[in-house]
Amino acid sequence: MGQSQATTSLAPAPKAALPALTRFLPDRAALARRAPGAARTLLISLASMAVFLLLWQLSASYLYGVEADARIARVTQEQGEAAGAEMAACIASGNISCRPNTLPFPGEVVQAAQLLLADHRAIRAKKLAFRAETAPVNAARAEQGLDPIVYTGRPSFLDQVGTSLKTVAVGFLISLLIAVPLGVLIGLNDTLRIAFNWMIQVFKPVSPVVWLLLVFMIVKTLTLGSDSDTSFLISSISVGLCAMWATLVNTSLGVSSVNKDYLNVARVLQLGIGKKIFKVILPSAIPLIFTGMRITVSVAWMVLIAIELLAQSPGLGSFVWEEFQNGGTDSNAKIIVAMFVIGLVGFLLDRMMFWVQQRVSFETVRA
Amino acid sequence: MIEFRNVSHWYGEGPDRTEVLSNINLTIAEGEFLAIVGFTGSGKTTLVNLMTGLLQPSAGQVLYRGEPITGPAPERGIIFQNYSLLPWLSVYQNVALAVDEVYDDWPKGRRDAHIRKFVEMVGLSHAIDKHPGELSGGMRQRVSIARVLATDPDLLLMDEPLGALDALTRGNLQDEILRIWSANRRTAVLITNDVDEGIYMADRIIPLDPGPAAGLGPEFRIDLERPRDKTDMNHDPHFKRVRTDILNYLVGLGEASRPPRDGSLRLPDLQPILPGTRSFVSRWRRA
Repeated sequence: MGQSQATTSLAPAPKAALPALTRFLPDRAALARRAPGAARTLLISLASMAVFLLLWQLSASYLYGVEADARIARVTQEQGEAAGAEMAACIASGNISCRPNTLPFPGEVVQAAQLLLADHRAIRAKKLAFRAETAPVNAARAEQGLDPIVYTGRPSFLDQVGTSLKTVAVGFLISLLIAVPLGVLIGLNDTLRIAFNWMIQVFKPVSPVVWLLLVFMIVKTLTLGSDSDTSFLISSISVGLCAMWATLVNTSLGVSSVNKDYLNVARVLQLGIGKKIFKVILPSAIPLIFTGMRITVSVAWMVLIAIELLAQSPGLGSFVWEEFQNGGTDSNAKIIVAMFVIGLVGFLLDRMMFWVQQRVSFETVRA
Repeated sequence: MIEFRNVSHWYGEGPDRTEVLSNINLTIAEGEFLAIVGFTGSGKTTLVNLMTGLLQPSAGQVLYRGEPITGPAPERGIIFQNYSLLPWLSVYQNVALAVDEVYDDWPKGRRDAHIRKFVEMVGLSHAIDKHPGELSGGMRQRVSIARVLATDPDLLLMDEPLGALDALTRGNLQDEILRIWSANRRTAVLITNDVDEGIYMADRIIPLDPGPAAGLGPEFRIDLERPRDKTDMNHDPHFKRVRTDILNYLVGLGEASRPPRDGSLRLPDLQPILPGTRSFVSRWRRA
């Protein structure tokens, strides 16, 4: 107790040194008030993580044992006792060639993550070397008006994550461009709402896979003759179409359910239709629109993996699929790494949208 | 200025038809301060909405300066009961929304000065950039008053403007509304459920009989000198008489509209559930 007090009194005052920066930090009093709660949250989370890892370890070793026993039994039955004993020894030695193929241990996953990171560094180094090497050639080609030579090697895991994020961003933009204006129109006009209602009800539950095939049919025909790679376009459009429904429905709901009092104010002031939409209806609908956008982002990220997997467009989805098809010794561990990365990125995207949503909501008092 | 000719209003059609106002005849003179008092649910808001034009009468006519009202217009300004401020706009922007619309031919600087003048008038200059969510109920209603008064309406309609406020704030705002009103003596209609408020503020009080199918009661003239003083007024014989008359009338109405009682109360036929009596185990044991 006494020690902690001593440290606080010894701590330098950063406020005087960096007055501009401390503005962005929560003030010390508020931090101290929240500290017990935050410590509790942290403690409980860490404890549950430990339990999770323990359960994972236990179930992995159980599955490992089942798989190993089955393999030894099979070899014994097919090739005799001696081969069986040899296989048991091989498994016990941990040799890669005879390791049972099942749920990987947490340790293996960490190793795989390190491996992927190292792989990323190696590929980056290669890329930089390639760029340095081709710089003079590219300069010469640029003068002749030719396209520069680019690195076409294998993408690293982090590159795949980046590609996936790009696909989701484009898909999200596509869904916004379609859903928000359409939602506003549907919300404003009863005839349009009836006209679009069946479409929304029927198309909303359609699976991402089917959307992908539909988009593929259309884009394939539209891009006939061009030799560019359409897989990125196809997957981002499909992501957009799958994810736009939440924004569409929420926007139309927000626009059509504006508080009657606000509309009365607009009527008494005889606001023009444009002013009425932009000054009264849209601001009032914005919290709901952003709630829809938040759902859209999470849906987009979720369907992206499945769509990339099918569309063969580079990204996390195809990474997972390729690793599964590879059947390498560390493939399973890499798939689990991808799973965690997908989950974390989705979580971060959701937090980001939540933050934006809080900013635009007028119901909470802005301090 | 406003004339109701045999106005009736109902919601719904056929068997669901609920008549709220029935056969209302009323003339409001230029420059008059009229108060309409009535119980909750007696159709006061419907009456005021007919005057704003937010509602159209189901039968009869509402005339404004001899012309039937076809829709709302800023010349008939209304202070809503629930303030109806736009929560995403600041105090300034809320007033500006009205001023920019009504005085769209004014230069920007003049409109700005006009907005600030009216925010100042209701004593909210210090909170001009705050949002309604950060203001108290009384302050919100002041903003709403500033928004209406800034458009300089010919007819000022007030739909229980102070109904949701505490007694102290209420008294202050009554004085403030009167002060602003007496500056240019526009026609004003105050809807209220508080008889004292009506007597203090208005020239004439008309009770609204309780609904359904409410009609207007007899009018009561308040011939008290302006400016009125709340403390002196309590000793004024005219005030006392009018107040008693109106209260007696309203209490009589309330008694009449209540269902007749013969003194007996019908209790519902219920048996208490005792612990254990309905449990499966006890039934099984009994069997």
